[in-house]
This record gives sequence, structure tokens and C-alpha cells, in this order.
Amino acid sequence: MNKRTILSLGAAFLSLFAVSSHAEYALNLKAPVTEIASQIYDLHMMMIWVCLAIFVVVFGLMFYSIIKHRKSVGHKAAHFHENHWLEVIWTIIPVIILVAMAYPATKTILAMKDTSAADISIKVTGSQWKWAYDYLDQDVKFISTLSTPEAQIKNQEEKGENYLLEVDNPMVVPVGKKIKILLTAADVIHAWWIPEFGVKQDAIPGFVRETWFRADKPGTYRGQCAELCGKAHGYMPIVVEVKEEADYNAWVAAQKEAAAAADAGADKDWTMDELVTAGKAVYEKNCSVCHGATGAGIPPAFPAMTGSAVATGPIEGHIDILLNGKNIMPAWKDVLNDTDIAAVIAYERNALGNSTGDFAQPSAVKAAR
Amino acid sequence: MSTTTATHHDDHGHPTGIMRWVASTNHKDIGTLYLWFSFFMFLFAGALALGIRAELFQPGLQFVEPENFNRLTTLHGLIMIFGAIMPAFVGFANWMIPLMIGTSDLAFPRLNNMSFWLMVPAAILLIGSIFVPGGAIAGGWTMYPPLSVQNPSMSVDMSILALHILGVSSIVGSINIITTILNMRAPGMTLMKMPLFVWTWLITAFLLIASMPVLAGALTMLLTDRHFGTTFFDAAGGGDPVLWQHVFWFFGHPEVYIMILPAFGLISTIIPTFARKPLFGYASMVYATAAIALLSFVVWAHHMFTTGMPVAGQLFFMYSTMLISIPTGVKVFNWVATMWRGSMTFETPMLFSIAVVFLFTIGGFSGLVCAILPVDIQVQDTYYVVAHFHYVLFSGAAMSIMGAVYYWLPKWTGFMYDETLGKWHFWLTTIAFNVTFFPMHFTGLAGMPRRVPDYALQFAEFNMISSIGAFALGISQLLFLYIVIKCIKGGTKAEAKSWEGAEGLEWTVPSPAPFHTFETPPTVK
Repeated sequence: MNKRTILSLGAAFLSLFAVSSHAEYALNLKAPVTEIASQIYDLHMMMIWVCLAIFVVVFGLMFYSIIKHRKSVGHKAAHFHENHWLEVIWTIIPVIILVAMAYPATKTILAMKDTSAADISIKVTGSQWKWAYDYLDQDVKFISTLSTPEAQIKNQEEKGENYLLEVDNPMVVPVGKKIKILLTAADVIHAWWIPEFGVKQDAIPGFVRETWFRADKPGTYRGQCAELCGKAHGYMPIVVEVKEEADYNAWVAAQKEAAAAADAGADKDWTMDELVTAGKAVYEKNCSVCHGATGAGIPPAFPAMTGSAVATGPIEGHIDILLNGKNIMPAWKDVLNDTDIAAVIAYERNALGNSTGDFAQPSAVKAAR
Repeated sequence: MSTTTATHHDDHGHPTGIMRWVASTNHKDIGTLYLWFSFFMFLFAGALALGIRAELFQPGLQFVEPENFNRLTTLHGLIMIFGAIMPAFVGFANWMIPLMIGTSDLAFPRLNNMSFWLMVPAAILLIGSIFVPGGAIAGGWTMYPPLSVQNPSMSVDMSILALHILGVSSIVGSINIITTILNMRAPGMTLMKMPLFVWTWLITAFLLIASMPVLAGALTMLLTDRHFGTTFFDAAGGGDPVLWQHVFWFFGHPEVYIMILPAFGLISTIIPTFARKPLFGYASMVYATAAIALLSFVVWAHHMFTTGMPVAGQLFFMYSTMLISIPTGVKVFNWVATMWRGSMTFETPMLFSIAVVFLFTIGGFSGLVCAILPVDIQVQDTYYVVAHFHYVLFSGAAMSIMGAVYYWLPKWTGFMYDETLGKWHFWLTTIAFNVTFFPMHFTGLAGMPRRVPDYALQFAEFNMISSIGAFALGISQLLFLYIVIKCIKGGTKAEAKSWEGAEGLEWTVPSPAPFHTFETPPTVK
């Protein structure tokens, strides 16, 4: 039975290599694009070689001993059990190696912590399960969520190249500028991580932590939330596009234009159908992860939308809970604009099995702020 | 103390049947209970891990919903640590410490019974929490708030209570072990003549007494934050979520050594036996163990390098963590020097011990890599860390437990185990373990976060290899169960001294060890 297990295991292995011979077997840290990440890469390589050297010496001796000093070849046991010189030497040599490792590491740490003289400051807020970006000097803000279709996750469609590492609105920064990240969280602890930048920093609710990077190469860099933050922890990627200065400026201008257009929408009178249609998209992007695409929720943590006391009760209460949050329900007033909030309220009250027939204009949401 | 028990004892009956176990005050019976308990917990938590590996076999969601995936990882961690590894070492302490120091039993036999039977309700609470509304605890075994405060499920409270109970059990057990070792050694057995396993347990017991109350404090704060409106971990009320991490890891890092120091003791017992040569550097082994234990209280925040500590804190915890590799290295050098110019044979316990030295060192090196703060920034909370702690906890702690079970099975059962099957178990376990966990170094470095139910396509190949290894590893442990049962049922009769090169008082009593031993203490030269 054991032999058969081994054989079938071996066969499984061989077939594995046969079918995926073209696949990538990434073995090491990603190619760095910042000075800090390069230093980390070099530190890690130095560690690997030092550890490997010690490993070869120590276990070379052990396996030599295992081969030569065995009873079956007639080796007689010696009886020594102490050697002060040897013990002193093999305590001191590691100390020297450790000091040699600590020195470059200390220099890198000091550089990592220096967030002064930043060119651009961006406030990043983690929440379940999305990232909000707020460009403090530019008056640009937006939300970034996973854009991989659910059908790919549920294996109903072929998975795309950047499966789980793609977002609707990536963070955009100019190349060669020092970007300071002011990191916080709205609900639980998250962690913002881009491997190519050598940046991983926890986002802690109620506190602001700082970190920084300066990307030397334009490109798209992908990371993920690195601190367990609930059920969709694996589904809140981070994407940063590093652009040339001119492209970055064009992007900022486009963002501002889009925001102005959205604000204009708040003053217009909407019909219920228009709001419900717009609200479906807002709901599926922001709300369905907890309350369910059909409104069923995941009780007791995440209440159902269908038949909910809030979504079928007085509309003022509904607006209030969306703007200000309650318990683990986040406040949306800094995240969604008036039109989006009015739309999602209309959708929740007149779809998902509810039909109150009432809705609020974006202007009413604006007034309730 | 041993003389008083010897005077009144004269083959009086002890309860039989189920009551033999429920009411037992005998260190051997309680040791057996601990070992079986931990073995079943090991199989149960291992089965949970297979659920994790089944889901991670391919990208996409196949078997386990994300929230259930988090429940699997959380319970796997909690049960393996508190239900499998720790009780197994207490089982060895129960069985072997009195035999090794030449005394008749532990100092407080009834407390010993209580220590074990507290484990059972705790296990029922932990496992039972799977079935309550809201599902099992899902925030990771580290239970970081605010996530663990946010989860409304009763299972979190059940787990908190379970850990409180296990803490009481550990503290009571530790007091028992310390009292026994310090007061009941056979005449002539000075502290520096004790077997190294006894030394490592003495130090471990002090670590438990110092660290478990800290966990209890943290858990109580978590409980009051959940239900009684306190805000220890909530910034909105003046608290700080990171406070939990500091207090938890002040317990958590000594806890890591609680799970590895007794393993060092086991290895230091087995290698000299099969090298037929005394342990090299006994005194430095004792000092190294004590040094590791002391250092373990000043390194906790290396688990928190990404929380954004001030630079002075980061540097302190990096340096102190690096220091731990010195006494640990001394131990590895001593084991190799013990083998050097010995007369070695390679029975199953020796094979496991050599594998532990080799594989634990890999885990030690990856630990040193994690200690270098800038590198840790890249690997923290990735599969690299998963690889690291399985190399120290599986191929360090669990495999030394397996080796030690083979080593003392003849003493416990009176029969030799099946050596051929034992070697099969060893090779299957070692190969499957490495197939499972070695690729995780690569996926971690390449950027795969831990605790995710699904992953980017670039990680697919290594995850598939890991999953195949995990199932082979899991199935191999059923062979272990079979070998142990077969040995209990019969086989070649074991001699009192079951191994040619074995030293120590436990080999002076018959095999199987009689129900009562050393009622009159032996004299140690």
C-alpha cells in the first residue's frame, strides 16, 4: 500500500511538471523599483548566501559523521563531551556574522523611516474591503476595489492575467517623486503592501501611520492587503500606476473634471427609475460584499437588506445610517457623493425584494450631511 | 517525600475500567491520557489543514467559502498549538520526569488529574464552537482586534473561555512540574546531573507561569471590549488596537519557546543514545536553554515590524531577536558534535532526531531572515512566514515528539514497535513535509499573502505541489496511529534497557514500566 502511495504520488508529480513546463516558478522577491526595495533585495541575498555557507559547513560535517562514524562500518565511539575552546569559538563567530548583518540592515531601517521632504502626500484608508485614496495637495479622491469578475472567482469563466490583482481605480503617482503615504483604517486593521516598492505598512483604525516610496521606473505595480481583515481579505488588492510627470498631470486634471461632473449631478432632479438603475452599480460595488447581491446578507454579522427595518422604514433613518454608519456599518459620507448615496438608497428601497415606492433626491442627501 | 509514599503503599487496588482514567492520580496513566488527547487533536487539526490545502489546490473558490476558510486557518492554529503540541509535551513530562529523576510520582497527583481533565471541556468549547450560530472563530489564532471584537459570533467567547481554562491547566501543571523537579530528585541527582529533558521542562514551566497570565489578561480585556463596553483596543474610546498585539505577543513569543524547548530536550536525549556517546556540552546546553528563555521575553515586537513602531523600537527588537540565534546555534553545534566520532545506528527515533536538527535549522535560518527588519517588511504575513513556523513547529516540535514516542514506546508498552513500519513513517513524513512546506518559501518571497482562500495565477504551481504534499503528510500520520496501536497489542518483548546506548534511570525499571516505580528512591552516583 505504501509503495503504491509513493508511486502514484510520483506520477502526480511528473504529470504536474509536464503540463506546466511553461509556467513561471517565481523563486525570489520581485524585481525592486525603489532604492529601499533594492537594499532589501540585496540584504536578503546576502542573508541567503551567509546562511547557505553556514548550512553547508555544519551539515557537511554532520553527514560526513553520519557516513563515517556509524556502528555498521565498525566505528568505535569516542568519549569526549566538552571542549571549551571549541565552544567559545562557535559562540563568537556567530556574533561577528550577526554584527555584519545588522549594520546594513540598520542603515536601511533609518532610510525607511525618513518620511521628510515628500513631494506628494496621499492619505490611504483601508476599509472592509476596499482602499480609499485622498491626494491631500490635489483635492483628488477616489475608491479602489477589486475588478476581477465574480464569475472568474467562481470558476465559471477563464481567469485573466491579473486575476485578483486588478482594481477599478488604481492609485497613480509620478515617477521619481517622493510619495508620502498617510495610512489609516476605518474598521479593522489592514496592511498596504507593494512588493516592488519594499513598502508594507499596517493601516490601524484611529491612528495615522506614515511610510514613503520613490518609484524609479514607470509601470503598473500590484500588491495585496497583508493583514487578515475578515472574509474578503484575499480580495482587496492594491494597484499603483507609476507615470511620467506629464501623464500624471493629465490624469489629475481628468480626475478633477470627473468629480466636477458628478457634483453637477447632485443639483439635478432625478426620476426613481434613473436612481434605481444608477444605484444597482453602486450597490454591487460597495454594499453587496456584506449585504449580498440579492440582499440576503450574512446574518447575524451582516443583516439582510430584503425586508430590513432601515430599508423599509423612514427614509431619514436610511440616509442617516448611510452617511454616518452604525456599529460595523461604515460611514459613507466621505466615500460616496450625494448622487451615489441617493441612488443606492433608491435601489435598496425599490429592489432586492423591497418596494417602498419612495426615494430621496441627491439634494436631500446634501442637506442631511 | 518519596519515602512517605513508599511506607503506606502495599499493592492496594486502584480503580479499574473507565474510573482508572477519570480518577487517576498516577503520572503514567495521566501521561498516557495527555498523549492520546494530543494525538487526536493533532489528527483533527490536521484534517482542518487538509481543508485549507484542498481549497488552495487551485486558484478560484472550489470547496470552502472565504469566511469558512478563515475559520479553518484559525482553528487549525489554535488546536495545533494548545491542543496538540503543548499537551504532548506535558504527556512526556508526566511519564518521563518522575522516571528520569527517580521519584514515584509528581508532587501533586490530584492537581495533575485536574490539569488533564480541564483540557477536555476546553477542547469541547473549541470544537463545539464550530456548530454555534455565526460559526467558529475566524480572525486568526492571534485574534487581533478590532476584527475579533467585530465578529458577533458566540464562538469567539467560547474560544476565549477555552483558552482561559487551558491557561489554568498549564499553570497548575507547571507548578506541579517545578515542585517535583526541585524537591523530589533522587539522592545524588544534583541539578547539573539532571537529564537535559528535565532541564528544558523546568525552564519551560517557568516560561508558562510567566506568560500564561499575560494571555489571560489580554483575553479578559478582549472579552470586556466585546461585551461590557470597555475600549482597551478601540481608538474611538481612547484605546489602541496595537495594545493587543503587544500584550498578546508578550505571551506569544515565550509560547513559541514553550513549544520548542522540550523538543530540544527530547533530541538531546535521543541523539546520545544512538551515537553511543555522551551529550556534547551539557553545561552549555543548559545555559543556552536558559538564555533562550530569558531572551524570549524581550523580542515580542518582532511580530509587529509592520505596525509602524518608532525607529528605536524597531532597532531594539531586531537586535534582540538576532541574539537568539546564538544560543540556538550553540545547540545545533552541540548536537552535531555529539554525533561526531560516535558509533551511530539509525533506528526510527534517531532518524527523526537527525531530521529535526537538519530541518529545524532551516526554520532557524528563515527566522533569522525574518529578524532582519527590512527583509521582514517583505515577508511579514506572507507564505514565507507560514513556511518558517512550520519548519520550527512541525519539523522541530512535532517530529521530535514522534521520534520520542518511538524512543519510549518500548518502555511504555513493553514491546518493540515495528521498525520497518517506523522507518516508512519517518520517510513518508519527512518527504511529504518538505514537499508541502518548502515551496511556501518561494510563494512567500514572490508575494503571496497568508490567510487568503484564493490567489493570483503566478502562485498556482507551487500551491498545487504544497497541497499534494499536505495530503501525503496527513495520510502518513494514520500509519503512525497504526504502528502505535500495533505496538500496544504486542510484538518483540522489550528489555528494561531497550536501546543499547540508552542512559538514565528510566531504563533501570522493567519494560513496561510497572504502575508504581521508584517507591524507594535510587541513589545516583
